[in-house]
Amino acid sequence: MSETRYTRDHEWIRIEDGVATIGITDYAQTQLGDIVFVELPTPDTSIEAGAEAAVVESVKAASEVYAPIGGEVIEVNEDLQESPASVNEDAEGAGWFIKLRMSDPADLDDLMDAAAYAEYVAGLD
Amino acid sequence: MRYLPHTPVDRDAMLRSIGVASIDELFAGVPKSARLPGLLDAPGHADEMAVEAVLSALAKRNMPTGEVPSFLGAGAYHHHIPAAVDHLIQRSEFLTAYTPYQPEISQGTLQMLFEFQTQVALITGMDVANASMYDGASACAEAVLMAGRITRRNKSVLSGGLHPHYAAAIRTHVRFTAHDVVQAVPDPKGIEDLAAQIDDATACVVVQSPAFFGGLHDLRGLAAACHAKGALLVAAVTEVVSLGAVLSPGDMGADIVVAEGQSLGNPLSFGGPYLGLFATRDHFVRQMPGRLCGETVDADGRRGYVLTLSTREQHIRRERATSNICTNAGLCALAFSIHLALLGEEGFKRLAHLNHARAVELAGRLAAVVGVEVLNETFFNEFTVRLPGDAASVIDDLAARGILAGVPVSRLWPGEADLADLAIVAATELTSDADITALAGGLERVLA
Amino acid sequence: MTAGGNPSTHSGHRGLDMDEPLLFEIGAPGRCGVDLPAAGPGGDCLGAMSRENLVGLPGLSEPQVVRHYVRLSQKNYSIDAGLYPLGSCTMKHNPRLNEKVARLPGFADLHPLQPAASVQGALALIEALSEWLAILTGFPAVAMSPAAGAQGELCGLMTIRAALEARGDARARVLVPDSAHGTNPATAALCGYPVEAVPSNERGRIDLAALKAQLGSDVAAVMLTNPNTCGLFEDEILEIAAEVHGTGAFFYCDGANFNAIVGKVRPADLGIDAMHLNLHKTFSTPHGGGGPGSGPVVMTAELAPFAPPPSIVRDGDTLSLVETGGSEGAVGRLRAFHGQMGMFIRAYAFILSHGVDGLCQVAEDAVLNANYLRTALLDDLSVSYAGLCMHEVLFDDRFLRDTGISTLDYAKAMIDEGFHPATVYFPLVVQGALLTEPTESESKESLDRLIGAMRFLAQRAKAGDTSRFAEAPRLAPRRRLDETHAARHPVLRWRPPTRTEAAE
Repeated sequence: MSETRYTRDHEWIRIEDGVATIGITDYAQTQLGDIVFVELPTPDTSIEAGAEAAVVESVKAASEVYAPIGGEVIEVNEDLQESPASVNEDAEGAGWFIKLRMSDPADLDDLMDAAAYAEYVAGLD
Repeated sequence: MRYLPHTPVDRDAMLRSIGVASIDELFAGVPKSARLPGLLDAPGHADEMAVEAVLSALAKRNMPTGEVPSFLGAGAYHHHIPAAVDHLIQRSEFLTAYTPYQPEISQGTLQMLFEFQTQVALITGMDVANASMYDGASACAEAVLMAGRITRRNKSVLSGGLHPHYAAAIRTHVRFTAHDVVQAVPDPKGIEDLAAQIDDATACVVVQSPAFFGGLHDLRGLAAACHAKGALLVAAVTEVVSLGAVLSPGDMGADIVVAEGQSLGNPLSFGGPYLGLFATRDHFVRQMPGRLCGETVDADGRRGYVLTLSTREQHIRRERATSNICTNAGLCALAFSIHLALLGEEGFKRLAHLNHARAVELAGRLAAVVGVEVLNETFFNEFTVRLPGDAASVIDDLAARGILAGVPVSRLWPGEADLADLAIVAATELTSDADITALAGGLERVLA
Repeated sequence: MTAGGNPSTHSGHRGLDMDEPLLFEIGAPGRCGVDLPAAGPGGDCLGAMSRENLVGLPGLSEPQVVRHYVRLSQKNYSIDAGLYPLGSCTMKHNPRLNEKVARLPGFADLHPLQPAASVQGALALIEALSEWLAILTGFPAVAMSPAAGAQGELCGLMTIRAALEARGDARARVLVPDSAHGTNPATAALCGYPVEAVPSNERGRIDLAALKAQLGSDVAAVMLTNPNTCGLFEDEILEIAAEVHGTGAFFYCDGANFNAIVGKVRPADLGIDAMHLNLHKTFSTPHGGGGPGSGPVVMTAELAPFAPPPSIVRDGDTLSLVETGGSEGAVGRLRAFHGQMGMFIRAYAFILSHGVDGLCQVAEDAVLNANYLRTALLDDLSVSYAGLCMHEVLFDDRFLRDTGISTLDYAKAMIDEGFHPATVYFPLVVQGALLTEPTESESKESLDRLIGAMRFLAQRAKAGDTSRFAEAPRLAPRRRLDETHAARHPVLRWRPPTRTEAAE
């Protein structure tokens, strides 16, 4: 069974069998505009919770994406190289960024579930 | 004052509409102690005739290369600029246009930059080039920083055949970073072995082609040695005309090529403004500093050009930018591009071979002067001579006799006693037989 | 018919709007625009290094080259053709006298490495220009070599770090206002200093209390622009300088906005330690489609020994160039040779033409013009900060609220009105910034035309005339260009068509 959690920085994280898939939310992609490039980490490196995991570029801006949890990068979405547009088209599906093997499942406890995130976004301007 | 349109009537009307009584009120926000009480103690305005007279007088106190036999190179070269170049760059729409941030009304500049980037990639034998940097030396420093970013390593090896100003610019740019530079000893004979100095901590090796002392060296072995250790080869070209006759660094396996573009379209101008060229391989493009112009389409589907990949640059990435560069060498790039457009494939090669032929002629005549030794076996349009005694004094002597004989190596490598008898001598398509005779004869007299 | 409603033509040209292909699409083998003598017989000293392959350059005759570039030029806006209300850029008139004197062979044909005795006039010009810059700014020393403003900032900040290291205390961070130009933090990063932003207050100036709180004994420098990027004089600057110096830090000023105060205020009197000047802004050297610039740095006597070479030294009537560094630990050279001599000549001619009285008037008229604009547009646009401005006025996008029209759309509509847009989305301290700097070169009539157009556009935006803006520009050589496509699929050069493409 997979569950999806969300951060205040508009990242989503879906856990399945100890592997976490991470990306940015649909709200985030509308804020950023057309995505032109995503800079992803190298597989087999480890990332600490809260450290920079990726950089998302639109034409006029570059935004850091921070790892909501720590772990080892086992796979990155190579398709984004050719089609960065999938982040705009399907941010929470085909537009995923990274798969991590989690180092500490307790990291998830502070994250919002889907309902809490929806409420959080509704409260933003 | 001829550049200021407002009359007192204009100013009064404008002050009234703003609702203040005087210009002084507009400066009321400046702390009183900082406001100058009156005009500074310096001359007042001057008409065109007066300004021209001052500038002409200053110009007359110089000995320009066009008026005397001149053999100066070492990073800047005296070439003929076709009349059309200067005429075209003075068109208002090129000369007085701003940076093309609003592409719809800047297609002239943008298409020119796209063509320029293509020309630079072609002559250097590389995949992609940027829209220019300040000069060859600062471009070279940026190349080292880029190699550091790509390899995530902190050490660069600089050839003893690299122009000392380029080496100094690199050292300055890395001074307050974690990047270290290893400088090989000056290499007038072209015998250094840089491959031996490459290890797993090396980000790049920086060489010059043709080398500072004039020699032509095959870089393919060095490129392979770099790549075997995961390092990059950076090649600097100070005389772009050489690329019409000499193997390009790109064809020899360089990863980044930087160059000084002054030789095409741009006068010597006492050292500036010059033109930095920067070219690399496709897979390194996102690490490249400087502006980039790219092709796209407009809302009507018509082909057009825009500045692109801007997220590398300071105005977006700020402290994480690939460089702090903002202004480039726009008009100098245009001049270069026009000159190269006029030359084309045949002209560029012909010009290069003509330069080489004049240098061969010059070398032959100088080698025949008693006491003068030409060190190079290979060269393009400049080479190193050894003189009997201090080269700088010989050159000063000849300058006093109206001959600009070359650059004493001690000018660029002060304090190196074993280089003090060397000079760099250059020829171009402008070097006449009479010039060569004058230099040979002058040397004979001075050395007698 | 095309989308713009104009008749389509067979040639692709539209009257004087010429469709001009790339050089590579026009060229043909056998064509050359330069006649050169043959190389002649004789030896070859290229060794095995001869280039035999095709470079791939197109061949064109001179008439084709001239036509190509004339047609390209016709697609460009330029200050000679119209006003640029570009905040932060100081797009003023580029006097043609300056072009004439820069081209004197006695300047243009000087090699940088000629013996000093043969270039005394050139050295005298550089000396005279640096003396003028010193007088205007109040500093005793000038480093002339930086090639542009960004390189000037690098020179200034590196000089500061070198001075701190000589004291044995390099320190660790640099403070910049949140309204700073992007070159400021990029430069600090190159000097090994992480940057901390200091917030602006509701008056658009740097927040002095926040600055005091953020200062510490590990701050190397504070970098300010004055007047700042909102077009406002930092009126607490004397207190700021005192606070900065009190902690042993240095005070760097970005001199991009010097046009507002030249001849009226000397930056040295404000407590600044080093400042770069942009000769291509305040001193009228032409922008040339993006460069070249020139960024000399004025500085205190304390910093001078740490500045990079070269410098000019006078001994009686003789000038010489000192090309090796100043004191132990001085910053090394940042570029080859001596500096942007071509721009020095132009700036010097500009300064001589204006004199102190003319330069003072430059600042006064620049500030007058910006305030005239501000007053005239106050009711139709939203001025970000109350009160008088200096040489530029900052608007934001509140006046466009609920219209569905963005600052970008408004800017593109300015193009159809015949004006280059104002600077947009900078500084970042307000939403949808429109930073507008007319400069002293604009007549009252010229300003009135700009005001009329900006007012008209604001009124049309509020009236719901959305298509005017969404489809702008309609009248420029190109419509809005797809920058997303350019960034997603970068095509950064022409390539010869492949055989399959050629066959189509």
